Order: sequence, then structure tokens, then C-alpha cells
Amino acid sequence: MANIVQVLVDAIALGSLYALVALAIGLVFGVMRLVNFAQADYITIGAYALVVPTASVAPPLLLGALPSALMIGGVLVVVVALALLTERVAFRPLRNSNPSTLLISSFAVSYFLQNLVMLIHTGRPKSVGIGQGLANAVEIGGVRIPGVQLLTMIVTAGLLVALVLFLKKTPLGVQMRAAAENFQMARLLGMPANRVIALAFAISGLLGGAVSLLLTIQTGTLDLRMGLMPVVYAFFATVIGGMGSLPGAALGGFLVGVASVLLQTYLPADLRPFRDAGVFMMVILILLVRPQGLIVTSAAKERV
Amino acid sequence: MKSDTMSFATIGRFWFPVFALVVPLAIIVVVTGQFGGLSIQRTVIEMLISIVIVVGLYIFVGNSGIISFGHATFMAIAAYASAWQTCCEMLKPITMSGLPPFLRDQSVPLLPSAVVSVLLAGAAAFLTGLVIMRLTGLAASISTLAVLFILNVVYSNWDSVTMGSASIVGLPTYVTAWLALGCAVFAIVIAYLYQLSAFGLAIRATREDEVAAAASGISLYWSRLIAFTLSGFMVGLGGVLQAHYLGTVSINSFFLSFTFLALAMLIVGGMGSLAGAVVGVVVITVMVDIFRRLESGISIGGEQWALPAGTQELIIAAFMLLILVFRKDGIMAGREMTLPGQEQREKGLING
Repeated sequence: MANIVQVLVDAIALGSLYALVALAIGLVFGVMRLVNFAQADYITIGAYALVVPTASVAPPLLLGALPSALMIGGVLVVVVALALLTERVAFRPLRNSNPSTLLISSFAVSYFLQNLVMLIHTGRPKSVGIGQGLANAVEIGGVRIPGVQLLTMIVTAGLLVALVLFLKKTPLGVQMRAAAENFQMARLLGMPANRVIALAFAISGLLGGAVSLLLTIQTGTLDLRMGLMPVVYAFFATVIGGMGSLPGAALGGFLVGVASVLLQTYLPADLRPFRDAGVFMMVILILLVRPQGLIVTSAAKERV
Repeated sequence: MKSDTMSFATIGRFWFPVFALVVPLAIIVVVTGQFGGLSIQRTVIEMLISIVIVVGLYIFVGNSGIISFGHATFMAIAAYASAWQTCCEMLKPITMSGLPPFLRDQSVPLLPSAVVSVLLAGAAAFLTGLVIMRLTGLAASISTLAVLFILNVVYSNWDSVTMGSASIVGLPTYVTAWLALGCAVFAIVIAYLYQLSAFGLAIRATREDEVAAAASGISLYWSRLIAFTLSGFMVGLGGVLQAHYLGTVSINSFFLSFTFLALAMLIVGGMGSLAGAVVGVVVITVMVDIFRRLESGISIGGEQWALPAGTQELIIAAFMLLILVFRKDGIMAGREMTLPGQEQREKGLING
């Protein structure tokens, strides 16, 4: 019994992490039809900001050496600044391009950033120890939950609630949802396009920074591709959730995270390495049944 | 009644866009074969193989306007299939013990093995397309990414058959400059005939306006599926060529970096036309080659200096972004190579 609860905790923790990343992707997609590959590099660069750029595999800490509050603030500032920078330099000039062009440009931005990190930090994985106190397990009702997982769940739940409140209750949040619904119309009704798009990027950076901290605490390693898998999972999450739908993105993220943990647990040991393939196969099967995704928005169909 | 010379001129005009691409390529092969050093000759062969791959990619991406991240999958399928059939007869029973006996214990002759591999890639593309072409543009793009990841995960872990993420070494290397040129010409001709065929025109109509094309009775699904399958065959051919040029196959060479480079070639040249695909390959190959040389170090005035490794990737990515921002239809901007006057006539046709 406790074992099943344990698996469920794992599933919820990973699911909510993917939901966060999927929301970051979904927000930006909503306001400018951009599927942002560079989200992976926001996460990676946020984590690499913790250490001093060297070729060493156990580098001295940079932001990671600060007290936790400053460290968290520092990483978030770095990632938000990066997200805004990519928006200003690469994506704003392309704003009126078609979604395929935007997709390709974000692929190029991502490739650029990834190679930039490689140039500065070298390509070798590095170890970094932050938040060691969280390694201890907490016992709740007979179930031992690792501190990191508890933290992940609390942080993601907190961020999800904050995001929902922001989108539902604040004027800017409402404008952002209106932009996701119908950008042209919202603009005609006075929505400040630049500000709303920049804000969407800033939020995606904020979520990216949170994810990079959580991932680094969980794994204790830095890797050039550490942001890649969460973001790829998030892509598929937004597709099965229904492109352009924020609840869909969160739901999709949750589903792929849960599916991934369940496969990891219940697949026979010699099939476990194929877990990701299994999840992606499921994504394609879901799309076979519901090509528009689980939650269909009016924005999904191109207007004539 | 048309005279022979008239029909000759007509044929010439019809084939001019192909000649304008093929003849310079042939000249490059002849000139570098005569005067170029070994490293330049290698670059030329790599460029010709890239042309097969990128033209293959163009058949789907260029004509349909849907970006695909999944074509490296079909290359990998063909390359591995060819490796299973032709590689290292002595070692196969040990290193790839999971192969079925008819592959494990014998080799298949080169030509049939290449044909089978290419057919397999095409079949894989057809099966994938059956599912993915049901989706709308962006969702389809992302699903092709799923396909790329699925194959990567499977081949990286299917140790008994693919040797996992290790390289399979010792494929017969039979690809020469002339063979690569032949295949590049073949790819260009097929792509050209396809885009002028009824199927090609139909899918190009869907690229310009999905709704209008569908309203004119064009099936988005079938036109895209046909292009996806044909394009799968062609990149499969590219995969076989690459495997038998390098002599090694490794799953990580068919992943994101490769996908990026192939797409960069297509985008830089301009994905709207066949000429764009070919020009893009040439431009990017030259750039990559120059920066690779600079990275490995050159001496100027007796002083040795080199760019840090990784500069080349940064420059290619930055160049691609600049193209997207300032010339978003690429160098060729969707035009084919045409004779002077010909384009005018076609414009007149459209406007009239």
C-alpha cells in the first residue's frame, strides 16, 4: 500500500513539474504562436548560473554560494533576463511570421544558446551541491517522502495557484488570456501587445528558473541537455492538451509526467530504458483519437 | 506543327532549372577531382550527400510548408538496415547477436542491400505519415519530433541489434564523388518532376492556403502523406550514402544537431524552391568548412591562431536567425533557377 502511495507521490511530483514547463510553453504559444525550443536552454542556463564558468567537473559556486533567498532570486533574475533578451533580439522581429518560421527560429536560438553554454562551460557534466538539507526524507502518515519531492510539489502547486490567480484576477492576466484567445481582436481593443508578450516571456523565464533550481537540487548535476527532456515532454503535453489551451497544457503536462513514472515503475526491468519511447508512443496514439488535443480551443483552428 | 528545334527548346526550357543546379555541381566535382586536395574532395562528397538529404527533406517540408524534425529517423532506419546487411560479417554474430539468422550469418550484396534499406525507410515514413499527417501543421511538426525521440530511445537501448549508442564500424565504403553526384542528380530530378506533377501542385496549393486548397477538393491528408513518403525514401537514400561514405553508423549522429544542420541548410537557401534547397546546402557546407578550418588553427604571418571550438555552431545558428529576420524566404526566396525572360513570362501568366 505504502508502495503505491510512494509511486503516486513520485507521479504527482514529476507531473506537476512537467505541468509547469508546459504552462511556460503554452503561455508563450498563446500570445505569439511560438513553440519555444529555447525554453530548454532557459532551464539549462539558469542551472549553470549557479557555478563559475570553468572546465572543471566540480566547479566553484557562483550564485550557488549565496544564501538561499539571494540564490533563488539571482537564478530567477538571470533566466527572466535571458527570456526577455531572446524575445527582444530574436522573436520580436519575427512576430508576424507564420508559426513554422517561428518554430524554426526558436530551434536556432536554442542551438545557439546550447553551444554558447558549451563554449563557456565545456560540454562535460558537472556536479553541484545545493540544498543538501533537502535530501532527508520526511515521514507523513507512514510514507517517507524525500524532501526534494515535497519541495517540488509545494513549489509547483504554489506557482500553479499563483499563475491561475494572476491569469484570472489581474488586468494583465486577463489581457494575456484575451491575447491567447484572439490576438488581433485583443489588440484592437487596446491590449498593449509588446507588454503582454514580454510579460509572457518573463513568466516563462520565471517558471524556467524555478524548474532549473528544482532539477539541480534533485539531480545534483549540471548537463548541457538537462532542460531538453522536460521541454520535449512539455511540447507533447501542449499538443495532447490542445495547442493554445492553458488548462490543456497543464493537464497534458500532468498526464505525461504521471505516465512516465508509472511506466518507469511497472515496466519489466529490461524494457525500462524504453520508457520515454513508450510515453511518446502514447502521445501519438492519443493524437490519433483526438487530433485536436484533449481540450479544443477556438484558437486551434485557423481563421479564414 | 512544331519543328524539332522548337520541341528541343521547349525541353530545354522545361529542364533548365535542373540543369542550372546539376551542371555547376558536376563542374565542382570535376574541378576538385583534378586540382583539389584530399580534404576538399571529402567536403565535396559530404556536400553532395547533404544535397540528397536536404532535397529529400525539401520534398516534404518545402512543398507542404510543414517543418519536420523527424527525417533523421528515416535516415537512421536506412543506415542501420544497410549496416545490418553489409557490415562486418565476422563480428556480426558477436556484436549484433539479436539479428535474425539470415542477417546475422551472411552479408547481402551492396546494391540489393541499398535498395532494401531505402525501401524500408520509405515504408517507415509511410507508416509514420499515416498517423501524423492527420494533424494540423504545428502539431504535426511536434509529433515528428516525437518520432525522432522514439527512434533515438529505441535504437540507443536495443543493444543486441544496434550496439546501443556505440558506433557500428566497418561498413564497406563505396561512395565516390561520382556516385554521390549521381545520387544528388537523381534526387534533384525526382524532386523537380514531383513538384510539377499533379500531386506536387496540389500540396503546394495546401502550403499557400489550406482552406482554399481543401475547398478546391484537395485532400490535405493524402497530398501530405504522398510527399512525406517520397521524402522518406529520399532521405533514406541519403542515410545509406552517408553510412557507406563514413563506414560507420552511430545513432547519435541522427539526432538533434544533425536535424538542426539539415534544416538550417534548407531555411538558409529558402525552403520554397528546389534551387533554395541546393543553394542552402552549398552555402552552409562552405561556411561550416571554413570555420572548421579556422577552429583547427591556421597560421597567419608565422603566428598560429585558432577560433575556440564551437564557434562554427554559433555562427551557423546566428546566420540562420539573420536570414529568418532579414530574408525570411531564404537566399533564393522561393524562386527556381530560370532563363532570363522565362520568369517574366510566368509572372505574366499569373497576372494575366
